[in-house]
Order: sequence, then structure tokens, then C-alpha cells
Amino acid sequence: MYRYDSYDQAIVDARVEEFRDQARRRIAGELTEDQFKPLRLTNGLYLQLHAYMLRVAIPYGTLSGRQMHMLAHIARKYDRDYGHFTTRQNIQYNWIKLEDAADILADLASVEMHAIQTSGNCIRNISSDQYAGVSADEVADPRPWAELLRQWSSFHPEFSYLPRKFKIAVIASQEDRAAMKLHDIGIELVKRDGVVGAKVFVGGGMGRTPMVAPEIKDFVTEDELISYVEACLRVYNRYGRRDNKYKARIKILVHELGADEYRRQVEEEFAHMKTLSIDPPVAELARIRAHFADPAYQAGISDDIDLSYPDFAVWVRQNVAAHKQPGYAIATISLKPAGGIPGDASADQIDLMADLAAQYSMDELRVTHAQNIVLPYVKKADLYTLWQKLDAAGLASANLDLISDIIACPGLDYCSLANARSIPVAQKISERFADLDRQRDLGEVKLKISGCINACGHHHAGHIGILGVDRKGTENYQLLFGGSGAEDASLAKIVGPGFDEDGIVDAVEKATDVYKSLRQEGERFLDTYRRVGMEPFKEAIYG
Amino acid sequence: MVDFLSFRDGETATQEPTVTLESFQGQSNATAVRIEPGEDARELIPFLDRISLVEVNFPAFGDGRGYSAARILREAGYEGELRAVGDVLVDQLVAMRRCGFDSFVPDAPFDADVVKASLERYEHVYQKTVDGREPVWALRHG
Amino acid sequence: MGQAGGEYGVRILTGNDLKTGDVIWWAGEGWSRHLAEAVDAGHDAESILAREEAERRVNAGYVVEAEATDAGPMPLHIKDRIRASGPTVRTDLAINTSIPIIKA
Repeated sequence: MYRYDSYDQAIVDARVEEFRDQARRRIAGELTEDQFKPLRLTNGLYLQLHAYMLRVAIPYGTLSGRQMHMLAHIARKYDRDYGHFTTRQNIQYNWIKLEDAADILADLASVEMHAIQTSGNCIRNISSDQYAGVSADEVADPRPWAELLRQWSSFHPEFSYLPRKFKIAVIASQEDRAAMKLHDIGIELVKRDGVVGAKVFVGGGMGRTPMVAPEIKDFVTEDELISYVEACLRVYNRYGRRDNKYKARIKILVHELGADEYRRQVEEEFAHMKTLSIDPPVAELARIRAHFADPAYQAGISDDIDLSYPDFAVWVRQNVAAHKQPGYAIATISLKPAGGIPGDASADQIDLMADLAAQYSMDELRVTHAQNIVLPYVKKADLYTLWQKLDAAGLASANLDLISDIIACPGLDYCSLANARSIPVAQKISERFADLDRQRDLGEVKLKISGCINACGHHHAGHIGILGVDRKGTENYQLLFGGSGAEDASLAKIVGPGFDEDGIVDAVEKATDVYKSLRQEGERFLDTYRRVGMEPFKEAIYG
Repeated sequence: MVDFLSFRDGETATQEPTVTLESFQGQSNATAVRIEPGEDARELIPFLDRISLVEVNFPAFGDGRGYSAARILREAGYEGELRAVGDVLVDQLVAMRRCGFDSFVPDAPFDADVVKASLERYEHVYQKTVDGREPVWALRHG
Repeated sequence: MGQAGGEYGVRILTGNDLKTGDVIWWAGEGWSRHLAEAVDAGHDAESILAREEAERRVNAGYVVEAEATDAGPMPLHIKDRIRASGPTVRTDLAINTSIPIIKA
């Protein structure tokens, strides 16, 4: 994985001191809250329902065991012994003090981490595929490109005050494991005549007006990528709406101009940008790529897994994915135990995962946008021992992509933007479906819960989506079906009138019953829904 | 406290009042023009050699369109004074300098100590832009 | 304060401690971490808030509509009741678990 050189380290260290001084000036009254707010947001510090919340960046979801240990340390020293992994592969701490924030950033900087641009109207964490570098289906590892973009976007002077936040995802396989088309810019690496380049999608997003990004450019080579994204951003910075916060994302601009006109304006700007020599030399991407070279895999090791212990076998079948290297496997650690808080991990669990990474995964972990943790380099021979240790720590739920593998935002329990609580709904649903055999029989169901229209829980992309709303001062829940964040991206549709907390759980259960009664061989819930439509579900749920 | 900050060598502030972009296009003798966030800086490109001052207005510090306007003008070869006025905060100084601004008239004066600390803080930058600074990738690869 | 039995709404003030981020409630002579100590700021709510913010004794403050109850003022909106008590899913982190989240 990428390691800072002295330049990267100097920049992050300077940022810490800059923020330390800004916080000092705020506390001393030299800055008003209005003036300070964008400054703290570009360092990931929110003021939330209960306290300041800090969102730490985990660039493209990759981190080392050492970095993971630091995340545990921060939870213990500065927070309340836990952290929350998010749908953008970051981690959030909910009980931060402003007077500690600079010290936290300094601790992070000591392990090459930061909270730069994890909030605010700027370019956010670049996300990627949690199987990057280890999946046989990728054209190339997308992470060097993501790292190139991370550096380019950090403190970009022209794009520091965009109309709204800007999220970029980079993948490199046809299977989209990062919801790429639901980002402001989504990049899919493809190969043309032996050359790897970027197919660029612009204008996806969720929130109040969800949209799937149209393809804007079919192929950009690495030596022109920066010129191209600069052109995309400049058109947005100049022409994105600033009159209405809910119409300020680039998806609105692309939609209102039309993809063709947006593309035309970008091409014009791109032609201009290419005259400015702002692209790094190809040697720079090569330098970054060298950090992502394959590790020293052991050759000739066993490619078999002894599945004679049933609970272990279930976990392997559900949570372990095929690795490109014989003898190895990709293991997902579920942070979704039945009745648990999706994405939360205690400091002890975080330390344990760091130790397990060091021992069993070449010291590397990934955070997924589904709020789980991946160990990407596990020898098949080690899977059983790994599983035993995970099981002892409550981290071995064999529910990857099953109905209890719920994506949920923090919701009204934590977030001042929310209209309803999301976590209790997730808990009740995972408890209702706790029987693992039942879950496995239902198969893949991506259930996603948002506590408000900002859609941080990605409910538009849920096979089953739940949106919390405020109905005359009471929490109410809308049910949606048919969304997908994969390469077959689609936006979920509302089923009918909303429910209270118990009602939504019953409605979800009824929906799964309908699926089971109508499904054909090989169909997931999403497939059956797409085939039979809303009517059978509506009838069963509303009677 | 600093009401007016300039990085241009040895020049005093241009005294001539600015005209709006619309007026400028009608007047052949104006040399100082002011552009608003929604206006297109590229409309000035045919006239750059006769302009000595472009003021870019920031009615709200969160409206970042002026950063693009400035950079566009410098990319087009403008060498005159490029001034940020309005709701301009000292914490924006470095980004604005990097976009090509070389003078500042903020609504609320800057603290001189913060100005100095800001300018000295970042030795390195990641992007190539119009300020002539070598980005890190250029330093890495010579 | 409104009459006993909650016939009149009250206006209480909340915000965060600037340095620590703790949720605080205007208690009349200062700010308290406990909702039960919140007082009705009535017509003076906005001016108290402005003064306290200017002095940085509170950050990001706002007025909360509440009803007077025997247990003290009770915010009308669920968000503010959660704010006063803590995350409902982590009662071990709560400030006060006796605040009813769902209105009866």
C-alpha cells in the first residue's frame, strides 16, 4: 500500500499545525462559528447531535495493521472506546472535543493518516473496491489511480469552495463493488489495445434526487487523467447551482444541461487544460503503482479448505471470496452481528482486527462501503484459525450480503440532520432474521437504511431500502424496493404509505415471504422483484 | 490589521475605479474591471493587454467561483493586478494566491500575524497551477 | 415556567460547549449539562443566546420549544429529547435515560 514520502508527510504535518492554529483562534474568539465551520469541516470535524464528530479518512478503504491500531488508540484516548465505519470507507468518532482535535490529527499524521476533506464542499475521500489488488476480475489495481487523485484533490486551490460535496469512486472490474455509478465522478478502469485507461461517469448520486451517472468519457489515458478531471470540476465549480443547497450537486448540473452538453463543455475545457502541462508525468503513477505491487505470496501452498466443521464451512461459503492467487482467500469480517449496531466496532475489536491482519493478512485491511472489514491476503490454510479468533470476538457473523448485513447510517441517535432513528430498525430486522439458515435461504438481500433524505445509508441503492421520515413529529419509515449499487445500477422505488418502527420490520418480513413464494431458480430477491414488479409485494404488505 | 494586502512589487494600488464587466465591454478606455461570481472571466480575454486591474468580487466566502475566474485569467496570460475583494477570509489567502490573486481588499481586515503564518505554512503543494510553484510530482521526478 | 401540568409551552435554550462539544442547556445563570435544570427563556431567548454566543459560553445554540412538566421542561421534538438523553442504542453512554423518547 502507499507509503508517504517526505513531501506527503510534510504536507500532512503542516495541515495539523494549520488546524491547531485555526482551533486556537476559534476558541479565542478570533473566528466566528460561521467562519470556522468550513475550516473544521475540511478537517472532518462536525458538530453533531451530542458532541463534535470526527470523520477520519481511510483512502480508498485500505489501511495497515499499524494504522488500525491507531484508530483503536484514538477511540480509547479521545472518545468512548468505539468507532463507526462508514459507507464511504471512513471511520467516525462521535464524542470528540475540539480542544483535542489537533492532537488527534497529529496522532493520525504519525501513522500517515488524516481527516483532510472528509467533509465540506470539496472533493472527499476517493473510494474504491474492497477487493482491489486481489481479485482476478480486475483490469488493474484501481488504487494507484485513486492515490493519484487523492493527492491531486488535496487542498486543490480552485476547488476548495465547490457548490457542494464531491465524491469520487474508482473501480477496475465490470462487477461494481463500490457503487461507482452513484458517485459524482465514477471511474472504471478498462483496457483498450493493451492500454489501461479510465472510463468516466459523471453525475451520479443519492440524496433528495438520486441519479445514476451517465458515461461522459469512454477512455482517458493516465497521462491526461488530471487534465480531464480538472475540466470536469471546473465546469462544475463555475456552473453548478449555488442558489439551493438541495440542487447543488453535479448530478443536477449534468441533468439540467443534459449529458451531451455537459460533455461538450468538459471537452472544451479539457482541450484548454491539456495546454497547461498540469498532468503529472507517467513516472508518478508508476511510482505510486510500485507501492501496490503484489506482496511476496507463498507459492505452492494448499488451495484446499477443510470444511468439515459446519459453522466454519458456513462462514467460508458466505464470507470468503476467491483470491487471484492460488492458496489465498479474501475474508470479510462482518460488523453486523444480530441486534448489533451496523459498522460499529469497539476499540478492543479494532485492535484485534489489526492483530489478525498482521498475523494472517500481510498486515493489511480494507473497509467496505457496506461497513464491513476485509482481510485481503489470508492463506486458505489459516482460515480456520482466523475464524475461531473472530468467532470468539463476535466478529464471525456469516452474513455477508445476506439480509442482516445491513447498511445503516447513524440516524437520529447521533445525527442532527436525521428525521428518524435508523439503528433500532436495523437491530430489529437483524434480530427478526437472526436464524442463519433462514437468511441463507433468502440469499442475497442488500438492505439499506437511511435516517433522512441525505441518504448516507444509501437506501436508494438497496434491494430493500428504508427511509426514515418525520411524520408530524413522529418517526415513520418508507419502504422501497429494487435499488442496486452494482453494475446493474438502479434506483429503488417507494412501495406505499410508511410504517412505524414495528410495522416496517413486519413489512420487510412480508416482502421476503412474497419473494420466497414467487422466486424462480437462481433468482435473488432483486431479480424476482424486477421480474414480477411491485404489485405482488404491495398486495401482500398493504392487504 | 491589514485592510489591503498586495504582493505586487513596488506598485501602489490602482486608484482607478473599476467598471462592471458589462460596462467594460462598452468602454474602450476603461482599464479596471470588476467581475461578479456568475460572470464569465473569459469575456475579458480579448482585452487583457489593456487591463491593469481585475477585481473579483466574493459576496459570500463560500462561493468559490472567483477561484476559477482568477485561474482562467492567469492561464490566458493576464499579468495585471488580480484582486480579491469582499467576504475574503485570511484562511483563504493561500488558495487564492495559488489561483493567481495578487492583491486583497477583504471586508474584514486580516490579522497580520495570521497572514504571515499562513503564507509560510505549506512548503509543498500537490497541484500545478498558475502560481509558478513546482508541485510535488515535479520535485519527485526532476 | 409554564403552569404545572404543562399547559403552556416554554422556550429553552440548548447548544454545545465550544471546547468540549458537550450538549448544554441554559439554566438561568449559566449552562448545565442537564435538561432538568433548563429554564424558560421566554421572550428573552434570542437575546440571551446572542449574548452567550458572543461571549463563547455556548456554541451553535438554538431555541427549543418544550412543554413544562413535573420532571422539568420536555422538548417537543424527538431530536431534542434524544439530544438531552443520549443515543437510544447506547444507554451506557446516556446522560439521562429517564427522558421519554417517544411522547406518550
